[in-house]
Amino acid sequence: MRDFAELFTALDRTTKTTVKVAALSEFFKAASDDDKLWTIALLSHRRPRRTVNTTMLREWAAEAAGIPLWLFEEAYPVVGDLAETIALVLPEHGDAKDVSLSEWINLIVGLSSVEEDERKQAVTNAWRRLDRVECFLFNKLITGGFRVGVSQKLMSRALSKATGIDEAVIAHRLMGDWTPQNTTYDDLILSGDVNDDHSRPYPFCLAYAVEDDVDALGEPADWLAERKWDGIRGQVIVRNGEVFVWSRGEELVTDRFPEFHALAELLPDGTVLDGEILPWRDGRPMDFQSLQTRIGRKTVGKKLLKDAPVILMAYDVMEDRGVDIREIPFETRRARLEEIVADAAAPVLHLSPMLEFDDWQSLSAEREQSRAHASEGLMLKRRSSVYHTGRRKGDWFKWKVDPMTVDAVMIYAQRGHGRRANLYTDFTFAVWKDGELVPFTKAYSGLTDAEFNEITNWVRRNTLERFGPVRRVTPVLVFEIAFEGIQNSKRHKSGIALRFPRMRRWRRDKPADEAGTIEELFGFLEANAG
Amino acid sequence: MLRPARTCCLQIDRVSQMALLEFTDRGIYCRRADVYIDPWKPVDRALITHGHADHARPGHGAYLSTEAAAPVIRLRLGDIALQTVQFGETRTINGVSVSFHPAGHIPGSAQIRIEYKGEVWVVSGDYKVTPDNLSETFEPVRCNAFISECTFGLPVFKWRPQVDVLSDINSWWRDNAADGRTSVLGAYSLGKAQRLLAGIDDGIGPIFTHGAVENTNAVLRSQGLSLPQTTQVTDEQQKKDYAGALVIAPPGALGSNWMRRFPKASTGFASGWMALRGVRRRRAVDRGFVLSDHCDWTELNEAIAATGAERIYVTHGYTEIFRRWLEERGYDARIVETEFRGDDLEEPAEGERTSA
Repeated sequence: MRDFAELFTALDRTTKTTVKVAALSEFFKAASDDDKLWTIALLSHRRPRRTVNTTMLREWAAEAAGIPLWLFEEAYPVVGDLAETIALVLPEHGDAKDVSLSEWINLIVGLSSVEEDERKQAVTNAWRRLDRVECFLFNKLITGGFRVGVSQKLMSRALSKATGIDEAVIAHRLMGDWTPQNTTYDDLILSGDVNDDHSRPYPFCLAYAVEDDVDALGEPADWLAERKWDGIRGQVIVRNGEVFVWSRGEELVTDRFPEFHALAELLPDGTVLDGEILPWRDGRPMDFQSLQTRIGRKTVGKKLLKDAPVILMAYDVMEDRGVDIREIPFETRRARLEEIVADAAAPVLHLSPMLEFDDWQSLSAEREQSRAHASEGLMLKRRSSVYHTGRRKGDWFKWKVDPMTVDAVMIYAQRGHGRRANLYTDFTFAVWKDGELVPFTKAYSGLTDAEFNEITNWVRRNTLERFGPVRRVTPVLVFEIAFEGIQNSKRHKSGIALRFPRMRRWRRDKPADEAGTIEELFGFLEANAG
Repeated sequence: MLRPARTCCLQIDRVSQMALLEFTDRGIYCRRADVYIDPWKPVDRALITHGHADHARPGHGAYLSTEAAAPVIRLRLGDIALQTVQFGETRTINGVSVSFHPAGHIPGSAQIRIEYKGEVWVVSGDYKVTPDNLSETFEPVRCNAFISECTFGLPVFKWRPQVDVLSDINSWWRDNAADGRTSVLGAYSLGKAQRLLAGIDDGIGPIFTHGAVENTNAVLRSQGLSLPQTTQVTDEQQKKDYAGALVIAPPGALGSNWMRRFPKASTGFASGWMALRGVRRRRAVDRGFVLSDHCDWTELNEAIAATGAERIYVTHGYTEIFRRWLEERGYDARIVETEFRGDDLEEPAEGERTSA
């Protein structure tokens, strides 16, 4: 897999998309079809089935490196990545004959059927034959989770460059339920035999955030507005009398939402809808936590269906009676969507209502009401817009309401992973309740690297107690925590749960005793209940 | 005035009142000689291992260092009362023998040997055992107690030979030069920068330096160290002058406005921390070159064994982990906390703060 290791190194070394696309397309021109297919799979988060668990990997690696297991375990959080830790502790090798990426993957896949001894033999043998980068990649093939900053968009562009096929066509071909085991490079990319795969979704059209002034969008008459729903983006496909439900993360989630199975009968064959899957009761969305309980389960029982029933809040249609209509204007697609939803008359299928407005000012007032409608803001879509592949500036915008905020005290700190290994980046925050600090949320993001560095140094000097990787720190640092939603929660000691909490800024000006209170948080809860 | 050494109860063991060296809130202290080694708070008399900012601090009454380390210490600390000794030369202070021995970390850097009535302690300072063709080569010193840094004291740190890393840097520079790009290499201005200068192929193109690096170059050149010709980056130069050039600058300059003068640049950073992909990505440079002025895991273990010491004090780095490892190998191993560093990784630890 020398060629794959070279590709990885080239991708890992640069943040420039042009360089990445060039490296990828060179690889796609030269590699074998099997290697190409596996590379596409790996970069789109499809990985071989896990055949070796990480406990075994750690033990074997410590043994092969001649160090005690505890020492390996201590080194792991410093490196922040298991595959890399293994590659670093092992003696350096790598003068053996090159074995291709797909051959190594086949070896890994084949391990599922052999005894542990043989498995160990195979893995440690592999370690002896690979150089450091190859060894890291081999371990990644086992443990999963490649992150080299290659988006689907980048990969589509590179494949387009290598094959001459249009980028949007490639993006569509890459979607769906394929694995390297059930297709070939020819079928997937070159001939794109989409008809074989009735479940294949379209790439989602994504929106940009309204950056500054909404006036910059121009004439209000050119735009349609609806609420921005806070559920799971979903694509519902009815083809050949079957229903398929895809999440935005390109996961096939049909089985998790049996509510939608009836749509096979109610929607015309060859219909693909885009919308938001929302937990719904009494004519309004339930809190997001109800949906969380559905997301985690592969199968859903009767109780769950009753406690957290879902609907599809439909807002677009990409395929109508088997015809791809993504290129016709949104306004026209919307009219067609209204007919489809009306004809289906399905209780689980709702139409995302259009908001009437004459000028931006009145729309802005409507946006302020978002929380009362259990939504997180507005969506603005140009009447004439096509259904784009991925994120394209200019046609679809999300216009979110300002987040809620509270000033909170940092009480625990934990080190991050990967790029943030060894920096204290994961914090637990507390607010005041009857003169005591009660933890109410964790947050990981929102600060600059320089701030995380500074806090990391601070944490080292202000640790009161250690619990494994977690440190209790002197409760003096105050941060403004921003969040999008707040709900009652029985699972949390504070009695509340936040949605998308993050650090908005470090309040160096604020002493801990002036931080927020639990009453302040409950106040938000009441205000939103309307 | 004599400043009493207030001992820190957590860090000191029972016998420390008797020990040749003790660990105080000002730094490592020899009560019998009344001197401190690399103290971090002002004291009357300080022995300084080398000129990096976390070892040579301002404000002490009197300083003692090697002659080779002195010019840089003066450059950084100004007009101080600094006396010097040669490597291997013994000074007797209140009956205690004190001598400095090459630590191989940067030019002039020393381990400090303290002997009283046959008992020998050695303070390593920062050290590196493999020769780099610039610094005085590390010499193992036999002792009873060894105070060792362990910046890279984990088995994930294993350096490749310097010649291989320099060859990578040369190829990077050569490729950039061929495309008309400027290669900007981040390296600590004292030590690493000169080590790179001494080792790279200066035939590839012109070499420019940041002011902080050039100041140090000038001092080291005046001591007789041979470095290739370098030009300090100033506003006199034009952007086109940098095409194909190598620029050596302190790490802090890489993310700053200072970089704007290089319109077409590839960035690199030379440090032991570049062994970790996470740190490399956090640095957001195009290339990370794994080149350290400290020992890797294997070297650290070999260096400690070579001292013959039965008692090891570990400091600067993964002290808790490394202490346990040494203990399992049969050493009497203890931790010395320092004021400015905790028990785990801190990026600027190698050398100096990045503000320069």
